[in-house]
Amino acid sequence: MPELTMVEALNRALDEAMEHDPDVLLMGEDIGVNGGVFRVTKDLQAKYGVNRVRDTPLAEAGIVGTGVGMAIAGLKPVVEIQFSGFTMQAFDQIEQNMARYHHRSRGRYPISMVLRTPYGGGIHAVEHHSESREAYWAHTPGLKVVVPSGPRNARGLLAAAIDDPDPVIFYEPKAVYRAFREEVPDTPERIPLGTAEIVRDGRDITLISYGAMMRPTREAADDLAELHGIDPEVVDLRSISPMDTDTLAASVARTGRCVIVHEGPRNCGVAAEIIARLNEEVFEYLVAPIKRITGDDIHFPYFQTEEHYLPDPDTIIEAVRETVAFDG
Amino acid sequence: MTHRTMDSVRSSKGKNRRTPRSADEDANAARRTIATPGVEDLRILAADGSVDRDLDPHLDDDELLRIHRAMVLTRVFDQRMLTMQRQGQMGTFAPGAGQEATQIGQVYPLTERDWFSPSYRSFGAQIWRGWEMERLMLLWDGFFEGFAPPPGVRDLPFSIVIGSHVLPAVGVAMGMQYREEDSVMVTNFGDGALSQGVVAEGLNFAAVNQAPIVFVCENNGWAISTRVEQQCHVDPLALRGVGFGVPSIRVDGNDVLAMIVATREAIERARHGGGPTFIEAVTYRMGVHTTADDPKVYRTDDEVEAWEDRCPLRRFGIYLLGRNVTDQAGLERIQQECEAEVLAARDRFRSRAHAKPREAFDFVFADMPDELARQRQAYLEKLDRKGVE
Ligand SMILES: Cc1ncc(C[n+]2csc(CCOP(=O)(O)OP(=O)(O)O)c2C)c(N)n1
Ligand SMILES: [Mg+2]
Repeated sequence: MPELTMVEALNRALDEAMEHDPDVLLMGEDIGVNGGVFRVTKDLQAKYGVNRVRDTPLAEAGIVGTGVGMAIAGLKPVVEIQFSGFTMQAFDQIEQNMARYHHRSRGRYPISMVLRTPYGGGIHAVEHHSESREAYWAHTPGLKVVVPSGPRNARGLLAAAIDDPDPVIFYEPKAVYRAFREEVPDTPERIPLGTAEIVRDGRDITLISYGAMMRPTREAADDLAELHGIDPEVVDLRSISPMDTDTLAASVARTGRCVIVHEGPRNCGVAAEIIARLNEEVFEYLVAPIKRITGDDIHFPYFQTEEHYLPDPDTIIEAVRETVAFDG
Repeated sequence: MTHRTMDSVRSSKGKNRRTPRSADEDANAARRTIATPGVEDLRILAADGSVDRDLDPHLDDDELLRIHRAMVLTRVFDQRMLTMQRQGQMGTFAPGAGQEATQIGQVYPLTERDWFSPSYRSFGAQIWRGWEMERLMLLWDGFFEGFAPPPGVRDLPFSIVIGSHVLPAVGVAMGMQYREEDSVMVTNFGDGALSQGVVAEGLNFAAVNQAPIVFVCENNGWAISTRVEQQCHVDPLALRGVGFGVPSIRVDGNDVLAMIVATREAIERARHGGGPTFIEAVTYRMGVHTTADDPKVYRTDDEVEAWEDRCPLRRFGIYLLGRNVTDQAGLERIQQECEAEVLAARDRFRSRAHAKPREAFDFVFADMPDELARQRQAYLEKLDRKGVE
């Protein structure tokens, strides 16, 4: 099994999907000769031609809107928005068309389409290049929202997203793109959308996170076990919507405690939704209030100070210790 | 440049479509001509430095030297920023070498009461407008304070989101019109930005309101790896303006005199109630898109070299020498003075480049809600615990 970065694993998933199904085609800015600014589509134009790997004009609404039309025409477009900050240009097309044609046509036109886009901070980028706005898309009925956390699940989730009959917002943690390598099996893998994964078994508390924040969360979990005698269970959410409430609830029912970590802003964020669901499902099992470590409700700081905005292992450890020490 | 009809534009589809990438392809052609019905072409100073005397704005020597110095300073600043970036002392940066004439020409005719709303590749124009170089260095190195317009400068912070700033720029112009101020807005954006729907909306709002605004489209041939021909199926791009009923002109963007003449006419028309103008400035991005980009992947060195012959600085230098405004030694002195100025700015930048994480919550609201004040308190306590100032 080769060790791949997330960029390479995503490239592999796209290649496999295109190889397998001639209806899969790619559209986006600078994805052709340039292979995308992060090189996720590297060499694919050379392999599949300009008709299947299309450099578009610089217009995100155009990319998403025409992608929707191509899906109606029976194709499987995988469109790239260069940075998630620029999905805002396409908000109208995502909310009004991508998420709705299936419903509006009473099932006649399913929109089997994927919108891939890099999100999140930590790479010293200029303004508008570090935001995490997954909560917007989870709020829109009809969209699936998926966030991989490493090379292997990135490849398996992207394959499943391309297969899926519904439109998927595929949020790629750019801080993880080249951060580490992981073994990726030779044969194609599919990870069902809507499933969370328990990546570390534990008894004392459930830590829930996704995407780039899985790394500080897992690091915190290891430190807690080693240095503080606390044994955390760690869950990688993977799908924001639909959310695998069953796995989350079962874990928290076992541990009785929960801390949720994400880098997007707190107000109406994903953690708020998880807390609401846990209250509905397992309130009687809770022995301490659920805490959330999130980005603050401010514009993402410019990069000289971004480290103080992003959740770090120390902050997570502290929240866990407080939660475990809670004596109701 | 020869006369081209709409038909020739329409029929010139596909890969082999000939795009005159510069108004100075033929140094002897007439300088003020019709590009295509509805669009004028303008060039005053040819690539070889020869000038069309009838069109020369006849600026006095001091002004000519000021313009030259501004272009040289822009180039030197650009080179210094690249060096700093390569040395790990600067963030990702979008260089502008080759576009100095477009930059300086578009703001030269503006007065202090006028407005400017640029895109990111605009430090030349920003420096001319009064942005201290150290402020721009702070900005590109990840300090938000660098975005604050200097006191008294009626500029908006530059926009990184392509085309997004054009609508607010039109709105400012509509505001000036409503308040009966005779101030004009100049806004710039790239060839790529023309693909954004909001830019079309901006042209339309400006046209129907006859707002006092000048749109400068810096056609530098590329939007990252995407050629202008992949971006837009009309040529000249200035035809876009025509479609909205906006007077439109294609200017040799490497000819600072032509840029000044075109922008000055447009500004004066806007100031006197004549509404918007669309200027396509034909120029070329000589360097990388940003320091994170590798143009070798998508373009040839030959193409870049061909544009070196059309360098806006060299061309203007020949003109100055020809008019006896200065001599070779004078040009070299300007170069040295600019280098010293940029180094002094770098030193001031270094003395100010201190991260201020405690300001992260400032300016999110004018009136901070209690809930956010509580978050801020917790954040400051976290900084205290981490021992961060
Ligand atoms: C809305 C939006 N989409 C994508 C980007 C990423 N991006 C940054 S610069 C650029 C190309 C811009 O080309 P152009 O408008 O010609 O300006 P130039 O860089 O040539 O000055 C792109 C695609 C962005 N900043 N904003
Ligand atoms: Mg351009």
